[in-house]
Amino acid sequence: MNTALLQVRNLRVEFGRQAAVRDVNFDFFSAETVGLVGESGAGKSTLARALLRLLPAAHGSVEISGLDLLKSSAEGVRAQRRNLQIVFQDPLASLNPRMRVGDAIGEPLLIFEPELSAAARRRKVAEILERVGLSADMASRYPHEFSGGQCQRIGIARAAVLRPKLLVCDEAVSSLDVSIQGQIINLLLDLQQEMGMAILFISHNLAVVRHLSHRVLVMYLGRLVEVASSETLFAAPVHPYTRALLAAVPRIPPLAAVAGRPALAEGSPPAEESPLAGLMARGCAFRDRCPYALPLCASSEPPLLEIAAGRMVACHRSHETLNPLSYAE
Amino acid sequence: MVPTLSVDELNVRFAHRTGTLEAVAGASLRIEPKECVGVVGESGSGKTQLFLAAMGLLPGHAKISGSIRFAGNEVLGAKAAVLNRVRGSKLTMIFQDPMTSLTPHLRIGTQLSEVLVCHVGLSWSEARSAAARMLEQVRIPDVRRRLTQYPHELSGGMRQRVMLAMSLLCKPELLIADEPTTALDVTVQAQIIELLRAARRETGMALVLISHDLGVIAGLADRILVMYAGKIVENAAADELLRRPRHPYTAELLKCVPSLSGPLLTRMPTLAGQPPQPGEVLHGCPFAPRCPRAADRCRVERPALAGAANASVACHFPLS
Repeated sequence: MNTALLQVRNLRVEFGRQAAVRDVNFDFFSAETVGLVGESGAGKSTLARALLRLLPAAHGSVEISGLDLLKSSAEGVRAQRRNLQIVFQDPLASLNPRMRVGDAIGEPLLIFEPELSAAARRRKVAEILERVGLSADMASRYPHEFSGGQCQRIGIARAAVLRPKLLVCDEAVSSLDVSIQGQIINLLLDLQQEMGMAILFISHNLAVVRHLSHRVLVMYLGRLVEVASSETLFAAPVHPYTRALLAAVPRIPPLAAVAGRPALAEGSPPAEESPLAGLMARGCAFRDRCPYALPLCASSEPPLLEIAAGRMVACHRSHETLNPLSYAE
Repeated sequence: MVPTLSVDELNVRFAHRTGTLEAVAGASLRIEPKECVGVVGESGSGKTQLFLAAMGLLPGHAKISGSIRFAGNEVLGAKAAVLNRVRGSKLTMIFQDPMTSLTPHLRIGTQLSEVLVCHVGLSWSEARSAAARMLEQVRIPDVRRRLTQYPHELSGGMRQRVMLAMSLLCKPELLIADEPTTALDVTVQAQIIELLRAARRETGMALVLISHDLGVIAGLADRILVMYAGKIVENAAADELLRRPRHPYTAELLKCVPSLSGPLLTRMPTLAGQPPQPGEVLHGCPFAPRCPRAADRCRVERPALAGAANASVACHFPLS
């Protein structure tokens, strides 16, 4: 793991005058799973779409095999598409209802490997169908004939049939029941081992992210606020926002209430139209909800700094030992 | 004491192009005053249909048999006018999507006040101040402005708080919360769970918490019902069920819940196969095809829910 597969530098995405994603820098390595977490509106999906150039970026670069995706021509991007695939949350909505699943899975092959004969293409489709746990004879069926979990397998088959270098999974298991969720996660783990692809796994479910990610990026209002290996992040989160997210995850058995722990401030991230969002440009975006906020946090935005090898945090108090957060009363 | 809710041998069926779809099959349960009962199950297990039936809210084409009594009075077959006296006041329900539960063209203040005007007979101005107090109780900031806003101007978490406030206005005896936090971020979810806990403490109401998320239920419930394919397959005290599940389905489900501890980057435990398809005719135990303990008997003879009122299981070979 020394040369990065994908290098993201100073990425910024704007909607109108609002920056949905800003100052994002990170490297992706082959065969690595990177979890991306944060609340709705944090910019997770926007970031993923900008990486794949499904959304225009305001500035920054995304480099793959020496090519800047954001500046290359339409053909250049198209040539890279086979290396960059995405699986969405709603498996049924992301499949064409009038297309047999075999044709849907075969379509990327038709585009990127036009030299394949029809028989060879059918063989590849059958192989990948079996590989994702479905049977080859299902190729002639339509999406509505499948359950949610099966549709997600089809979505994965369609993305994996080209053996991409990076697979983005945008809340790919979120709409599935817990018993099916595990099946899909295991499938992703197996495919990664077999094909060596990198996975960007976007989810609001921290326990799922912990299970399959090597590294985790935590995003708040468009910025990365903490980056760490899965192991360290979940064992010892540093940024108050990361701590808040983790403290909020329901546990079995439930966490015992601990008196005297600072509670997370009520509320959710400022809405886009809120006048607060503009003001936030100056200080730390999380300060209004942060029980550890100092006056400094209102005047200057903490930069994302490396506090240990491979560990970055954007918080003025990252060097201090802070009391843990609690939700229970 | 009269149970707050008692359901006996409830069946809910829908006509389906492939035959009859059995959404709820022979469900019986009791909910005592002040009790919090969690109901867990996968999509299609019948948990929502069961409690929609209890609210008298199933569509007309549903075929319902059995008995549902709220505070001793039969719900099934009761006239809408009779039901409407308790629905929204003593018996309330909140849903997963607070946007579709609120009327989009009425201000929050009007929607909340209306409940008190209709059910309690308060004047509009009295109702409005009571509504404002209730919004403060569910910790909505800037209440006076919120009262004049429309649902679309609120975030998802705020809308769910409004729904919760509305359901608490007439001091309900039973609140049914159907996936109340599923559409919310984990941080907002934690806040709503805290509010439900506080509401129980303050009003003494009974609470039914329906969720596919065992973690959410574990934090609140005194007792847990597990549903599978339209049937209640296990019923036990929450800590007992989480520590020592007796139905193999409960045990497998618990193993599948990803946790924040334990090994990293390992394969997840899974439950092979899928729940029965709608309309699938089942002989024997509906979980048998996926069950690691299934024997021949399970495939021919349907196990009944047996045991004590607060510890029962529908399995021929329960875990001990």
